[in-house]
Amino acid sequence: MGLACRLIPCLDTDGERVVKGVRFQNLRDAGDPAELAARYDHEGADELVVLDIAASRDHRPTFLSTIERVAEQLAIPLTAGGGVKTVVEARAILRAGADKVTVNTAALTRPTLLSEIAAEFGAQAVVLAIDAKRCGDHWEAFVRGGRETSGRDALEWAAEGAESGAGEILLTSMDRDGTRSGFDCALTSAVASRVRVPVIASGGADKPADFLQVFREGHADAALAASIFHEDVQRLGELKEFLSEQGVVVRRSR
Amino acid sequence: MNAPKLALVEYNAGNLASVERAFARLGAQTYRAARPADIAAADALVLPGVGHFGALLNALRKANLDGALQEAIAAGKPFLGICVGLQMLFASSDEAADIPGLGIFPENVSELERSVKVPHMGWNQLRRVRGTRLLAGITDDAYFYFAHSYAALGAGNATVAFCDHGAPLVAVVERGTIFGVQFHPEKSGESGAAVLSNFLSIASGRPAAEAA
Repeated sequence: MGLACRLIPCLDTDGERVVKGVRFQNLRDAGDPAELAARYDHEGADELVVLDIAASRDHRPTFLSTIERVAEQLAIPLTAGGGVKTVVEARAILRAGADKVTVNTAALTRPTLLSEIAAEFGAQAVVLAIDAKRCGDHWEAFVRGGRETSGRDALEWAAEGAESGAGEILLTSMDRDGTRSGFDCALTSAVASRVRVPVIASGGADKPADFLQVFREGHADAALAASIFHEDVQRLGELKEFLSEQGVVVRRSR
Repeated sequence: MNAPKLALVEYNAGNLASVERAFARLGAQTYRAARPADIAAADALVLPGVGHFGALLNALRKANLDGALQEAIAAGKPFLGICVGLQMLFASSDEAADIPGLGIFPENVSELERSVKVPHMGWNQLRRVRGTRLLAGITDDAYFYFAHSYAALGAGNATVAFCDHGAPLVAVVERGTIFGVQFHPEKSGESGAAVLSNFLSIASGRPAAEAA
């Protein structure tokens, strides 16, 4: 049967509470991260991602205690990150109970950050987050929460990042994020064929058919979504049932 | 009888907390063993491995835990190695060519083949080649969470189950009271909890629910 395609709810937090908003605008409270984590674990999530989208250094101790509270609820893997710039910060996040840490902007400035974390914790603990946006005939990697371009070609950056020690790529389409118009399968497929590491597709999820498409045509190893799960637009169990009927290998659980 | 004294071997790199929590959910108490005497005092041992083969073995040797572990294992204390905690039972690994493993199994741990996604990351199934108490009551369609780039490709007659990712890789071993799993039971939901529960039964000397 082989590896199951993973479904991953994402909790965007201000460090302490889950928030939701489109492209970091109009943030609203969407619940307690530990409560949501327990619910998603129970409903059959394959992993959980928790991001600190405030990512200011003042809030980091709060975020670390949030990771601890979330980890306590989970019998599945936990990825956490947001604004990680140093090995020290990555270590704190992993010690708090995350199994993997995401790195984004700081790795573009200093790619050795990926190899430094991988050397200490293994490549399987390093997730390179790429916010990609179409610019003419290619995609560019954006930084600082998607506000400015790094000028780097997203595909080349994905390949370099995987080579530098990232064990997984969390690929967010800036064009689709928050639009509920489906995943960017062209982008996902382009990155998935460029790297050997697993690719998590993110941005644009709405309908069950979107997930089917990103696994079939986007060749994603995992698909991530936030608000459609928080707002009960999709339920993990039903989504997995649909995907399974369509011939996608998913982990069925109670 | 009293509950067995279950030690989690601490070498300052693995994520002990999640294994601690997984046993706590089963109602089992554990303690952290960071010194040889802590290991000697245990009735059963779990070594949760995360990270690098060489780093793990260097850390064990630096803390003089390797000899205590070998003695405990040789004395027939039930042992469960997780991920790199399984890999370290082998003689060597491509990940650290100059650092020997414990050599309980003579084979080498190899880098995963390049035709498939590496790391082998996510939920996969087992292909059992023989029965084992460790997988008692767990059906063949159960999924387990894997996250690794290296694996043993064989362990002789100690091999209990393979996982197919490109080539078949050793997913579960058993020899006497020595057990090892390449996946992370503490991250594998209910099926992982069942594995840990079976290990607790083995550690308590309770009869296995499912003989070979």
